[in-house]
Amino acid sequence: MGVGIEVTNLNAWYGTNHTLQDINLHIPANHATALIGPSGCGKSTFVRCINRMHETNPIARVTGSVRIGGLDIYADAKPVEIRRRVGMVFQRPNPFPTMSIYDNVAAGLKLNGYSNRHALDEIVERSLKDSALWDEVKDDLKKKSGASLSGGQQQRLCIARALAVDPEVLLMDEPASALDPVSTSKIEDLIFQLKSQYTIVIVTHNMQQAARVAEKTGFFLNGRMVEFDSTHKIFTNPSDKRTEDYITGRFG
Amino acid sequence: MIAQVPEIRISQAQLLSEPDPSGEQPPAEAASQQVSAIRAYLLARGNSALADRGFHWLMVLCALSIFGIVLLILTELVRSSSQVWNQFHFSFFFKAYFDSYTGLPNYWDPVNGHFSALPFVYGTVVSSLLSLVLAVPLAIGVAIFLTEMCPKALRGPLAFLTELLAAIPSIIFGLWAVFVLVPLMREYVNPLLVRSLGWTTFFTDENPTGLGFVTAAVILAIMILPIISSLTREVMTAVPHSQREAVLALGATRWEMIRIGVLRNARIGIVGAVILGLGRALGETMAVTMVIGNSPEIHRSLLSNGYSMASVIANEFTEAVSDLHRSALMEIGLALFIVTIIVNVLAQLLVWAVTRGAPARVN
Amino acid sequence: MKAGENNLRSKIRALTDNGVTALAILATVLVIAPLVAIFGYLIFKGATSLNLAFFTQIPKPVGVAGGGMANAILGSAILLAVASVLGVPIGIGGGIYLAEFGRGTKLANAVRFTADVLNGVPSIVMGLAAYSLIVLPQGHFSALSGGVALGIMMIPTVCRTTEEMLMMVPHAVREAALALGVPNWRSVLSITVRTASPGIITGCMLAFARVAGETAPLIFTALGNAFWSSSLNQPIAALPLQIWIYAQSPYDDWHRLAWAGALVLIVLIVVAVSLVRYVTSRGVLKGAS
Repeated sequence: MGVGIEVTNLNAWYGTNHTLQDINLHIPANHATALIGPSGCGKSTFVRCINRMHETNPIARVTGSVRIGGLDIYADAKPVEIRRRVGMVFQRPNPFPTMSIYDNVAAGLKLNGYSNRHALDEIVERSLKDSALWDEVKDDLKKKSGASLSGGQQQRLCIARALAVDPEVLLMDEPASALDPVSTSKIEDLIFQLKSQYTIVIVTHNMQQAARVAEKTGFFLNGRMVEFDSTHKIFTNPSDKRTEDYITGRFG
Repeated sequence: MIAQVPEIRISQAQLLSEPDPSGEQPPAEAASQQVSAIRAYLLARGNSALADRGFHWLMVLCALSIFGIVLLILTELVRSSSQVWNQFHFSFFFKAYFDSYTGLPNYWDPVNGHFSALPFVYGTVVSSLLSLVLAVPLAIGVAIFLTEMCPKALRGPLAFLTELLAAIPSIIFGLWAVFVLVPLMREYVNPLLVRSLGWTTFFTDENPTGLGFVTAAVILAIMILPIISSLTREVMTAVPHSQREAVLALGATRWEMIRIGVLRNARIGIVGAVILGLGRALGETMAVTMVIGNSPEIHRSLLSNGYSMASVIANEFTEAVSDLHRSALMEIGLALFIVTIIVNVLAQLLVWAVTRGAPARVN
Repeated sequence: MKAGENNLRSKIRALTDNGVTALAILATVLVIAPLVAIFGYLIFKGATSLNLAFFTQIPKPVGVAGGGMANAILGSAILLAVASVLGVPIGIGGGIYLAEFGRGTKLANAVRFTADVLNGVPSIVMGLAAYSLIVLPQGHFSALSGGVALGIMMIPTVCRTTEEMLMMVPHAVREAALALGVPNWRSVLSITVRTASPGIITGCMLAFARVAGETAPLIFTALGNAFWSSSLNQPIAALPLQIWIYAQSPYDDWHRLAWAGALVLIVLIVVAVSLVRYVTSRGVLKGAS
């Protein structure tokens, strides 16, 4: 139920800073693709170009094309439309602080005018189950606020919130980097289960995490994509020396 | 956009035809029906470009209302004061009439058409400057105490108390001043001033009532103190700690550290705070009206009764004897408006220069 | 000799240091003293005059004992309501512009600067503008003109406090809403403003407290009224106005009423200011990390 992403000659700027240079790659549908690389190499910027969040910064600029399921998201669609089809989970969990757990999960639908209470109940339950949070919160859905959960629970709540709008692509920008190891492994299990239903792109600092969850991996360095191949190949027999240096820990 | 939907459904069909690894096919099919309903709903929603644009412009309009207010006040005051302006022009502010019988100056005589704002300008300036003389040392003293010397536990309550002082309405200050301060001044303070400072010829009390410029200055000082103090505290705390430490490391006492490390760096902002206080004092109406004596005359003595620009408007407007009279009062209001705008602009610029655009406190 | 000089100099420095400390403490005492004096005197004079009649009756004619300021309290409430209808939406809208749309732009800087300058303009000037704008064309004094004068005063205040509160909403919250495909206007209203709403409300309360005590702009707009009135097209009583009228009168009875009125006013304001402090010190955005 996910779609593939075709990126062609993508260039991105923050003001005069040329953050992404000539990115070309194809992200396969219904797979998890990991993006690795040292800090500041542009992985987060890349991912934010896919759901057009990059341009929320007034000094940001993008050229090139990104096609999701064949649709050119820059030329043929508006940002709001794209963001309903591409979900995002951020590095730091950011549930809406004034809303209950239920309202948080339903936010993407309610704020877009969806009002069928019965259907919303079902969607909230299914999303929370898909993000492995249901059992922990099912009794407090409307009583507890989203911000009163633990860090790992908040992140799963954010995942449920993203899933509730049934996106085709799920972008995850270092989703577990702010969490403890137990929560991290829960989230990795989640990604493993979800990737059959969505196309997942996960940015990660953690190479072992990439190896655990992703079929394909892309290595970013200084705004360029150096190598993009199956995870197995990247980690055992990379073609590019720079990739090998990063994998073996010579830098980054 | 519509062309994309079949593509999605094709992808879904492709997926369903593949062997499902988790072996849970029937629920997946039912779920996918629900799921595509959601997707269809969201896909059918517009991109809200119109609503976004409309909202944006509505907010811009609200923001522009601030300029609108300034323009409104300016145009209304200019319009309503045009009558007296056309007749007197600038001499309105410094003309001195003389009473033909007594030879004494007679500035403001609405019944006879004498309109000179000179006594009001004089009264406003004198009472405001005098209040600054009283308030500034105290305000800076309090600011120094609260930022550099005060034990942390006391800081919160004391800051709260000064905030409370700022929130007291002018009328209540006036009420207290009339019944407490004025007798106090009349019985104790003014005679003391006459005895000790009478030689300067600025402190003679012909007709002791306890009203006058000095009393007005005292109550004004109490009122502008919190503003000057809190703004001074802000600019003092904006001075980086490294400055203080550098001075201390040279072996300075605490006062020297404050003087050299903090006050010297913050002096531009402190001047701004003082000017802001001046701006407040210039426009203060009710408290001043109740204690300044309401006499449109100019006397050398600071203990004499006087009048301020805001006070004459407050006292005479509803009982103005003629259109010209009312126009004259409007002109005084226009002058007050322009002067306080200029003073406040100056003050804000100075404070902004020090705190670098951080939001100024709203009192 | 040098050691002796140094000794003297360091003694002077130490003395100066202590002297300044003493002066600073003295200054603080001198500042707190009037506050205590005013409050004390208000409570002393006002409490004895406060009774139920104060809150339920209108002023009695001169020479007749008793009476109250009930009409003034009602009048102030009505004036505040009119002022809020004008001041709160426009002020919040301006604040939303400054925080959400105009951040860093020259226009926003100009608006912010002008709002701060406006906050320092004497309130009597607002009254003059309202007089010229409404009273003159209508030919009579009215609660409407008084409310408009107060509303104009509220706009810059509410605008700045709203901006400050909205700036405190973490950027992550806005991003979360946008990433869900929520339209910008909906995100600003239902997420950002809602998250900051405790702070925005307290900002409005601060504006109320400030405007509730204003007398000057009402002198020639609302004018005052000795009787019950709730009409917007007629002069209306207001608490601070009434206090002024009574304070200037030669009658002891009315002086007592003035003190009682002042006590009621100051209590309301202290409550508002304390509430504001309480909410902002606890962390306005409870739950927002």
